[in-house]
Amino acid sequence: MSNLQHQQAKVKKMTAHELTELLFAQEELFILDVRNSEDYENWHIEGHRVKSFNVPYFELIDGVEEIVGKLPGKQKILVVCAKEGSSVFVAEQLAEAGLDNVYYLQGGMKEWSEHLEPVKVGDLRDGGEIYQFVRIGKGCLSYMIVSGQEAAVVDSVRLTDVYEAFAKERSLTITHTIDTHLHADHISGGRKLAKSTGATYWLPEKDAEEVTFAYEKLEEGKVIQVGTTSISILPIYSPGHTIGSTSLLVDDTYFLTGDILFVASIGRPDLAGKAEDWVGDLHDTLYNRYQDLSKELLVLPAHFGSHAELGPDGVVSARLGDLYRDNPGLNIASEAEFRRVVTGQLPPQPNAYQEIRQVNMGRLQPDEEEQREMETGPNRCAVHDK
Amino acid sequence: MADIVVDTKGLACPMPIVRAKKALDTLKPGQTMEVLSTDKGSLQDFTAWVKQTGNELVTHEVENGVFKFLVKKL
Repeated sequence: MSNLQHQQAKVKKMTAHELTELLFAQEELFILDVRNSEDYENWHIEGHRVKSFNVPYFELIDGVEEIVGKLPGKQKILVVCAKEGSSVFVAEQLAEAGLDNVYYLQGGMKEWSEHLEPVKVGDLRDGGEIYQFVRIGKGCLSYMIVSGQEAAVVDSVRLTDVYEAFAKERSLTITHTIDTHLHADHISGGRKLAKSTGATYWLPEKDAEEVTFAYEKLEEGKVIQVGTTSISILPIYSPGHTIGSTSLLVDDTYFLTGDILFVASIGRPDLAGKAEDWVGDLHDTLYNRYQDLSKELLVLPAHFGSHAELGPDGVVSARLGDLYRDNPGLNIASEAEFRRVVTGQLPPQPNAYQEIRQVNMGRLQPDEEEQREMETGPNRCAVHDK
Repeated sequence: MADIVVDTKGLACPMPIVRAKKALDTLKPGQTMEVLSTDKGSLQDFTAWVKQTGNELVTHEVENGVFKFLVKKL
């Protein structure tokens, strides 16, 4: 065996799925991120027991001696870069320097940002189930509601083959795809998925004023059936993040809040440039409309802002009553204070959010690579995200 | 006209900077290097690399998907 083959054999590959499982299990991991510092600071992998360290690969071209002493000797070390090439380059040098538990992330941050992990949230009364699809790299959450041999997909991301494969494995037909609002942080897969499966695509009318395609109006009180035994999805008008934002009540138990209410934060009202107009709607939704609902509902949001929101098995959820107690966005004393907090402390807007809105309206048709570029980075749909 | 031209078109990360570094090591202070790259991550990485090594990124442009960097060794 040549020296080169020997080194390569010592470096192990970790897939996005394997990394997700490791993070869900809250295992210990040391990440050496070799992208440039700007990219790292903007967005990097986090976890309950993840230690992360950034040294750009171009500082390691002449060797890794300077950093070997800063790395743990026995713990798993995962080297991460944008696409994979540089992480292999650095990982092989680390292996050569004597570290023997070195991995690289297959496909780099590019694949990480596109990985979807389905996790079961719970059962429905008729024997059906509800699944959350965790896009862990970007903090996007979408849902599949299954009843009989039918399924509905809510807030689908553009990587629609994952939902199709999941449905096919279980012999399910996707009959509805629903967007709770016009997304600004990621490209919706709702229309694409509806087209390839023959499903009906639903979108709130008030968010669809400029769209170029036909859709079914998602309206409060208009029940959507999935399967033969009437699992109902009941839309509830809940504006604030967008003027059309609509929440979904599934089987009187699961409450899909879209980008209005998250586990640790609340939605931001400014992504269509109307923070001042919509902050009042957001307040009314959170402090009046949602207050009238059962506190036992299980809130299932369309995003999470930090790994701390991932629960056991990776599910992101919370009892509505618990959120009224713990979520800072639901505990602001007055509407005036709410306006000040929500419009005064907004984080940077998500990458290319205006273009993404145009794509979701059907007014721009970027190719796959351009879509990927637009979605680079974290989602930043919540008020408190950094 | 640059003193040396490094064509890394078609090469993925980390090779454009690995090649560029090798070429830069052969230059004397004041000489320039032109690097061609089709790697999309090039711009930010090049900017950061040139800064970190204490050299100067004189110009950069992109034409038909090819990034062109002019680096001056200091």
